[in-house]
Amino acid sequence: MSFATSNEPTLEPSSEPVISARDVRVWYGTTRGAIRAVDGVSFDIAPGETLGLVGESGCGKSTLGRGLMGLLPPGAKRDGEVWYDGKDVLSMRAKDSYRLRGTDLGMIFQEPLTRLNPLLRISAHFEETIKQHEPGLSKQQVRQRALDALRQMGIPPTRYRSYPHEFSGGMRQRLMIALALVLQPAFIVADEPTTALDVLVEAQIVQILNDLRRNFRTSLLLITHNVGIVAEACDRVAVMYAGRIVEEGRVSDVFENPQHPYTRELLRSTISLRTTGLNFIPGSPPDLVDPPDGCRFHPRCPDAMAVCATRNPINIERPTGGRVECWQVGPRDQIPSGGTRPLKQEELAVADEA
Amino acid sequence: MRTLLRTLAKPFTETAGLARWMLVIGLVMTSLFVVLAIFAPWIAPYGFAQASSGGVDFPKAGAPSGDHWFGTDRLFFDVYSRTVWGARTAIEVVILSIVICVVVGVPLGLVSGYYGGWLDRVLVLVMDAMFAFPSFLLAIVFSFLLTGLLGGTVLAVALSLSAIYVPQYFRVVRNTTVSAKEATYVEAARAIGASDFVIMRRYLLNNVVQSVPVLGTLNAADAILTLAGLGFLGLGIQSTDAAEWGHDLNRALADAGSGIWWTGLYPGLAIVLLVTGLTLVGEGLNETLNPTLRVRRLLPVVMTPREER
Amino acid sequence: MTGSRSGSLPRYILQRVLLVIPMIWVILTLVFIVLRVAPGDPVSAALGGKLNDEALDQRREALGFNDPLIQQYWDYLTSVARLDFGTTFSDNQTVLHVVRDNGGATLSLTLAAFLIALLVGIPLGLVAGRYRDTFPDVAIRIFGILSYAAPIFFVGFLLQAYVAKPLGLPTSGSAGVETVYYMERDGLNRTHILLFDVFLSGNSYYIEDALKHLLLPAVTLGLLICGVFIRLVRVNILQTMQSDYVEAAEARGIAQGRVTRRHAFRNALVPVITVIGLQFALLLGGAVLTESTFNWPGLGQKLVEYINDRDYVAVQGIVTIFAIAVVLISLLVDIVNALIDPRVRY
Repeated sequence: MSFATSNEPTLEPSSEPVISARDVRVWYGTTRGAIRAVDGVSFDIAPGETLGLVGESGCGKSTLGRGLMGLLPPGAKRDGEVWYDGKDVLSMRAKDSYRLRGTDLGMIFQEPLTRLNPLLRISAHFEETIKQHEPGLSKQQVRQRALDALRQMGIPPTRYRSYPHEFSGGMRQRLMIALALVLQPAFIVADEPTTALDVLVEAQIVQILNDLRRNFRTSLLLITHNVGIVAEACDRVAVMYAGRIVEEGRVSDVFENPQHPYTRELLRSTISLRTTGLNFIPGSPPDLVDPPDGCRFHPRCPDAMAVCATRNPINIERPTGGRVECWQVGPRDQIPSGGTRPLKQEELAVADEA
Repeated sequence: MRTLLRTLAKPFTETAGLARWMLVIGLVMTSLFVVLAIFAPWIAPYGFAQASSGGVDFPKAGAPSGDHWFGTDRLFFDVYSRTVWGARTAIEVVILSIVICVVVGVPLGLVSGYYGGWLDRVLVLVMDAMFAFPSFLLAIVFSFLLTGLLGGTVLAVALSLSAIYVPQYFRVVRNTTVSAKEATYVEAARAIGASDFVIMRRYLLNNVVQSVPVLGTLNAADAILTLAGLGFLGLGIQSTDAAEWGHDLNRALADAGSGIWWTGLYPGLAIVLLVTGLTLVGEGLNETLNPTLRVRRLLPVVMTPREER
Repeated sequence: MTGSRSGSLPRYILQRVLLVIPMIWVILTLVFIVLRVAPGDPVSAALGGKLNDEALDQRREALGFNDPLIQQYWDYLTSVARLDFGTTFSDNQTVLHVVRDNGGATLSLTLAAFLIALLVGIPLGLVAGRYRDTFPDVAIRIFGILSYAAPIFFVGFLLQAYVAKPLGLPTSGSAGVETVYYMERDGLNRTHILLFDVFLSGNSYYIEDALKHLLLPAVTLGLLICGVFIRLVRVNILQTMQSDYVEAAEARGIAQGRVTRRHAFRNALVPVITVIGLQFALLLGGAVLTESTFNWPGLGQKLVEYINDRDYVAVQGIVTIFAIAVVLISLLVDIVNALIDPRVRY
């Protein structure tokens, strides 16, 4: 998979971010109470930049992506600010933020099979999408736009009038990407775009996503649980745990020199050629209806200190750029006296049962 | 005991919206008729085929009055009493036919699904053909046949109704059996040498019976309507054997043009109310148990003020 | 995956048509077992008491009831294949003749009822599903449940008692005596389907008369199916509204009204078409009751008459024809379904 022309992009880190989230929270209603799936998350994405969002299942990364798009189930609430093009998307009227979908904010989903209407031809999917946002285009122009988008994804024009079920899984995902790209949105959320695909197809899709930023200067929030994909396709990475971004920075930086114990353990548990044994993080992610006090990772953290169980960690600058939230990193002067003694995990288990 | 109650109340407590109220209202309506059926002799002032009381003949097609709340019909019967007794007939027939369905359909489905082979294929074919056939016509044909053999008894009608529903039970039980027999615990039982009978009774039956009550509720409403339909066509139970709403409506139809509304209205309303009650229970259960339709009851999300970070 | 293009549609239809033959065979066999093998002697059931023993035996011999069962079975199958469904005991007509004279009335009644049910039920179901748990949903669902729960003859009773009189609508038969008489006298009964014949005659008096007779029975029968449609459409809407492709369309910014119409409604209606085949069976059953309630001269009413006469041959013949009709309708439904839903055509 390669594209006709590809000029190396000139990424200026100083350029205005396309999208910038400030302290975003998304809570779900359940029968037990509110799940704090996303609980105070901030990030910026520059034009043409890809931010990888990694974490275990249930850490809130998908909810964050959907929250940005406004695709939330009934009973969910969100607050905070998401600035796009000088406006706060979250405080807009519902109608106005809906209008941004497709043209400005695009979305690529995990399961390409169920995301296409089985009764409509591919052509109908494209035509309704283009016509919705650019009603002035002639039939011929619409068709041309759609065929261009398909060609960029390596799908021959002869398949334009086929039905979704006539495509393979990888082709369907390329269709979904083409559908998202046809309107050339400035920002795309890709929610686990390769999880439902086999390894070879996965590599292909990662390559496509990788080329996006070069060819279209599209900003991408790539949500995945696969650290390898982040390494291949992202400029920066945000590690999410229990509804918070615990560490964020340039991919090479974070992966070579993880500051947060969770990042370190997550990277260690990834299988690579050098892996000699399997690593895993003991315990399971916390119940987000009633998250633990202090740092949410402290019950599973091998380096937990006394302060971690009582006080929220402070968001600070990483030594080599980016942000991190961990008492181990600092700031030392904020830790009360005696707070640095190691936390005994047994002690905790007893406290949990009480 | 408390956990049992909590499990039973689960469809109600864990769902939101209309469905839970449909369930409650349906249950209340249905139980009302069950009470009527059980206590009919005490609730109804007269017998279902009683045309006089204390040596005084009832009026013919008399309008509702203090003596006869719902009036009397052309056979001098008290409409109120017949309506109450009708509940007993309806519920008797429905319960009997569900019992027959279970006794016939469940073992057939188990054996067919467990052994497979040509027996399975033949049974599936026959049951599918019966299922495809218009159910009311099937009931007509069977009651035509059975009332010829057994007379217009409750048993004959219940058997005719079973003919409609047996294929459904067969299908559900067979399909559950086919998928359950591949389960590891069944394989394990077979490996330690359990006989086919033991496997079917101990392991498969448990799996299968869970779906039976739901099916029973769903079919009960339809069974009431079919019973009344047969009665209306004169194929069901005779007036003097038991009170049957459908048959009463048949006789009432001639009154419709002559301003005698009470002979048809009350048995008709009884059918509507009982069927509505059962339907509400069925739909309510469906919407509270079926995850694709269920609206879970969510606690409202109240975002707390931000903590200092 | 890519092999199944629309080119496989004719093959699918052919397969489906071929499947009809074994289906009909199984149903015929069932009918034979239930109506010929189980009851014993149909002749004495129908004519016992009317004829002496010798005459009864002659009838038995003539109808082949003294033959071995397997022979009777073979005769039954071959005569059905020749479209010979037997001759009735009670009024000595061929069943085919009975169907010709009465089938048209049943057909026009069921079609009219079906049309009413579609026109009322589908929009109501769409509204109820789209606006779930709001007032319209509650009202529509109560209407749907009541229209299913109220037996046909009770609705018929209510209409006859409270509606027919004030509006001056007839409650019996498919047309006035005069209409039937003059239509026949003037040779206007071309199709033997009264409703079609009056339209073909172009005479507005006949048309009005026939439509007036049709109104109450068709509404009564239509209400029954209407409730089923409402329920079905509503549930399907609820499911498609939650589907992934609806969310994906919303994520592409397609206007909400458009998403509802093009994605949710359209996709919800496809399974409805499938179930319509089953509703036809329900409709036939309902037609029997409607015809009895409104004295409608159709096959259903005829069937009830023959049942009361214990005329096994007539019952068997009519039931056989109903069964074949149901199988053919379900074939038609499947073909229509394949035309609409590309996934079916594998």
